[in-house]
Amino acid sequence: MSLWEYANPRKFIATTDVVLPWFWAGTIACLVVGLIWGFFFTPDDFRQGSTVKIIYLHVPSALMAINAWLMMLVASLIWLIRRHHVSALAAKAAAPVGIAMTLIALLTGAIWGAPIWGKPWAWDPRLTSFLWLFLFYIGYIVLWQALDDMDTAADMTSILCLVGSVFALLSRYAFLFWNSGLHQEASLSLDKETNIADVFYYPLLLCIAGFVLLFITLVLVRTRMEIRARRMKALIARERMV
Amino acid sequence: MIAILTRDLRLAIRSGGGFGLSLMFFLIVVVLTPFAVGPEPQILSPIAGGILWLGAMLACLLSLDRIFALDYEDGSLDLLATAPIPMEGIVTVKALAHWLTTGLPLTLAAPAFGLLLDLPFSAFGLLTLSLALGTPALSMIGTFGAALTVGIKRGGLLLSLLVLPLYVPTLIFGAEVVRRGIEGLSIAPALMMLAGITAGSIALIPFAAAAAIRVGLR
Repeated sequence: MSLWEYANPRKFIATTDVVLPWFWAGTIACLVVGLIWGFFFTPDDFRQGSTVKIIYLHVPSALMAINAWLMMLVASLIWLIRRHHVSALAAKAAAPVGIAMTLIALLTGAIWGAPIWGKPWAWDPRLTSFLWLFLFYIGYIVLWQALDDMDTAADMTSILCLVGSVFALLSRYAFLFWNSGLHQEASLSLDKETNIADVFYYPLLLCIAGFVLLFITLVLVRTRMEIRARRMKALIARERMV
Repeated sequence: MIAILTRDLRLAIRSGGGFGLSLMFFLIVVVLTPFAVGPEPQILSPIAGGILWLGAMLACLLSLDRIFALDYEDGSLDLLATAPIPMEGIVTVKALAHWLTTGLPLTLAAPAFGLLLDLPFSAFGLLTLSLALGTPALSMIGTFGAALTVGIKRGGLLLSLLVLPLYVPTLIFGAEVVRRGIEGLSIAPALMMLAGITAGSIALIPFAAAAAIRVGLR
C-alpha cells in the first residue's frame, strides 16, 4: 500500500467517492460557523470599525491563492517525474480555483482599501505580487486550453509552472525593491507576538480551515470531472474507430 | 552551431521584417509617447528611461514568435532536433540570433531615441548599459515562451500573455538602474540584480526551452 496507488484513476475515483461528502460537510460546517461567528459575534475594531470583518474572507483566500500555486507546482513535478495522469489533471483542476481565490483576495482587499486607505488600489509589493499571480494564472489556464493533446498540454504547463515559480519569487523580490509597502504585516504567524487579537483569531482560524477544505473539495470535484471528461474523449474516439 | 547562427542571421536580414521592424516599432512607441502625455520636458524627462525600457521590451516581444514558428512550419526544426547538437545548444543559438537582430539594435538606438524624450544627459550611459545587460535576458525568456507555444496555430497573443509576466523583474531592475542613476542614488544593487537575471536566464532557461521544444515536436 503506497500513496502512488491513488495515481490509478479508478482507485482515485473510488476513494474520493467515499471521502468527498465528508470534505463537503467539513467545508460547510467550518465556513458557516467561522463566517457567522466572525461577522456577528466579534466586536468592531476601534479604528477600522466593522470593515475589519472582511479579514475573514481576505486572509483565507489570499493564503489559498498562494497555496494553490504551490499545490500545482508539486503536482507538476510529480507529473514530470512519475507521469501520473491524475497528478497533471489535479494541477489543471486547481488553476481555476486558484485564480478565483486570487480574485477574491484582490477584490476584498480593494473593497477594504477604499475606505481605510482612501483608495482601492496601491502599487504595494503585496498587491502587485497578487496581480502578477493573477496574470500568471490566466497564462497557465490559457496554455492548457490552447493545446489539444492532453499529454503535450500537461508537459508544457508543467514546464511553465516550474519556470513561472522561479520568476514568481524573483518578481516578489523585485516588487519589494521597487516600491515600499502600504499593506500591513502578516495577520498571522507562528510567532505569537505579532498576531491579531484573540477575539478575531479563533473565528479566523476556522475560516482558514474552511477555505482549505473548500479548496481541497473543489480540486477533488474538478479532478474527478477531468478524469471523466478524458474517459469520455477516449470512448468517443473508440466509437469513431468502430 | 555557428552555421545555425549565420543561417538565422541571414534569414532575419534578407527576408525582411524582423531586423528593421522591431526597431521601427520602438521608434513609433517613443514618438507616440509625447502625443499622449504632452511635450513638456519636465513631464517627459522623468519618465523617459521607463518609456525607453518599456518600448524596447515591447519591440523585443514583437519578433518572438518568428524564432521557432517558421522553422516549425517548414520542418527544419525537426531536422535540427535530429542534428548532433543537443537541443539546448540550438535554443541558445536561436536566442543569440534573436538578440543580435533585436536586442543589440535596440540597445544601440536607445540613446538616439532618448534625445526625443529629453532623457537627462547623465543617464545616456546608464540606459545603454542597462539595456545591454537586460536585453539578453529578454531574448532568452522570450525564446522559452516561443518554445512553449511552438505547435500552436496563431500563438502570438498567447505568447505575449505568457512572456510578459516573466519580463517583469527584468523590466523593474532595468528601469530602476536608469531611474536611480538620474536621481543620483546608488545603482549597484539594481545593476547586479539585472546582471544576475541575465546570467541566470542564460544558464538555466535553455534546459526548460529545450524540454518544451522536445514536447512540442513529439
